[in-house]
Amino acid sequence: MPRHVVAIALATLLGVTVTACASPSDGGSPGASPSAEVGSTTPAGVDATTVTVFAAASLTDAFDELASRFELEHPSADIVINYGGSAALARQVVEGAPADVFASAAEEPMQALVDAGLAAGPVVFATNTMQLVVPAGNPAGVAGLDDLGRPELTVALCDESVPCGAASAELLERQSVTAAPDTLESDVRAVLTKVSLGEVDAGLVYRTDVLAAGDAVEGIEVTGAASVVNRYPIIVLTDAAAARFANEFVEFVAGAEGRAVMAEAGFGAP
Amino acid sequence: MIALAGLGLALLVLPLAGLVVRAPWAELPELLARRSVLEALLLSFGTALASTAVCLVLGVPLAAVLARAADWPTVPRRLLRAAVTVPLVLPPVVGGIALLLLLGRRGLIGAVLDDWFGVTVPFTTGAVVLAQVFVALPFLVFAVEGALRSTDRRTELAAATLGASRWQVFRFVTLPLVAPGVAAGAVLCFSRALGEFGATITFAGSLPGVTRTLPIASYLAMQSDPDEAIALALLLLAVSIGVLLGLRDRWLPGVRG
Repeated sequence: MPRHVVAIALATLLGVTVTACASPSDGGSPGASPSAEVGSTTPAGVDATTVTVFAAASLTDAFDELASRFELEHPSADIVINYGGSAALARQVVEGAPADVFASAAEEPMQALVDAGLAAGPVVFATNTMQLVVPAGNPAGVAGLDDLGRPELTVALCDESVPCGAASAELLERQSVTAAPDTLESDVRAVLTKVSLGEVDAGLVYRTDVLAAGDAVEGIEVTGAASVVNRYPIIVLTDAAAARFANEFVEFVAGAEGRAVMAEAGFGAP
Repeated sequence: MIALAGLGLALLVLPLAGLVVRAPWAELPELLARRSVLEALLLSFGTALASTAVCLVLGVPLAAVLARAADWPTVPRRLLRAAVTVPLVLPPVVGGIALLLLLGRRGLIGAVLDDWFGVTVPFTTGAVVLAQVFVALPFLVFAVEGALRSTDRRTELAAATLGASRWQVFRFVTLPLVAPGVAAGAVLCFSRALGEFGATITFAGSLPGVTRTLPIASYLAMQSDPDEAIALALLLLAVSIGVLLGLRDRWLPGVRG
């Protein structure tokens, strides 16, 4: 009976999908589905052990490190991190994505959560500044911000709708440079990737991203960078399912060990 | 059975209903008249038309070969079919990465283009068209191939026995016979190109007026101005529905609606 076959196939498919969603996902992968994670933990009323963290893309390496250190110290805790553009993450949380902790690359997306009544009293735990980034060997001979205006160069910047783009625009304006970008990317890691692939001659990213990319790229300090500082706030959401571990994780990030890891990744003190 | 079918249908329709309900209808004219929206609209329609043209030029012959491949040995026949089908099932972002690694400045062919002719493909409108062709071509090929397979070959044989050359048979007998299939394929191809996002943002980038198409503009607007994002999404939805209604029962051959 073909009809039954179809029904069974469908049911199996649904079963597989549900199982796949509920299985613990790798905390480091940006594609991990943290939303399903919360549902698969302990029932309501009992404090969950899986902390779902929504964090800015620029925090990727530092937070991966912090999460594994925290899990070593708290064997029953499980940190799952969803990385992305801060503004997009904030919007997902406002729209109901189940997060316990939100760490933003700028204060504006965080304010959106506070305004929505989902969080109160964010703490700034790190700062970051912009740096010029070029492919290893600097094939186009980029020396400073002014070069971003050279039309023959291929330049990638962040779009102004995301924090790194807003910071880039502010920096360029303060230095009176009119850039000629060839692409305006949706997050800072997308700019970094295009530089490390050698597809663009220069980009503006956070100095932490230059450190994270290793040998594939070179960073160039630019004048005026210190005047445009990105402040990173973190917060435990008011209706966090894993409130206890979420609070401990935030304290850990803002504490001495967290500071040390953040400093090593190139972040400035708050 | 019925319940599951209903659930399936709800999964397809409800998100779109949500979009329509949440849409800022009152501000819609103002949102759609914004320069950034018009720019993206113009670019999207222009590139989708261009990529449909490219798909027609390259896809119809490819479909003809694929239709004739029925007589081929199994292995090459299956390889050919798989090659045409892959972009259909591949995540578009993967297509974008592949295009970048082939045609990027340091890519297999891109490096040669750059060194010899000083031509770089990524971050140009041409790159948008290429990305769209990559994802949309299979739609055209399969629509035309289906039409070719269902034609009566005896008409072509008759024309050939009456002295028509192979080109004349193709031009005056085969093409008119499969014209509805070609048209349906072109329309599907156009709407798929219009919706292309992943391959475009990966390979072509995102610069207003040059590579920022409607789907990319919609994605970026979601970060700063959700109302504009919803307006753009509605626009894309309206075009897609318009296209499908226009196709009526000329959906993919074999799938009569």
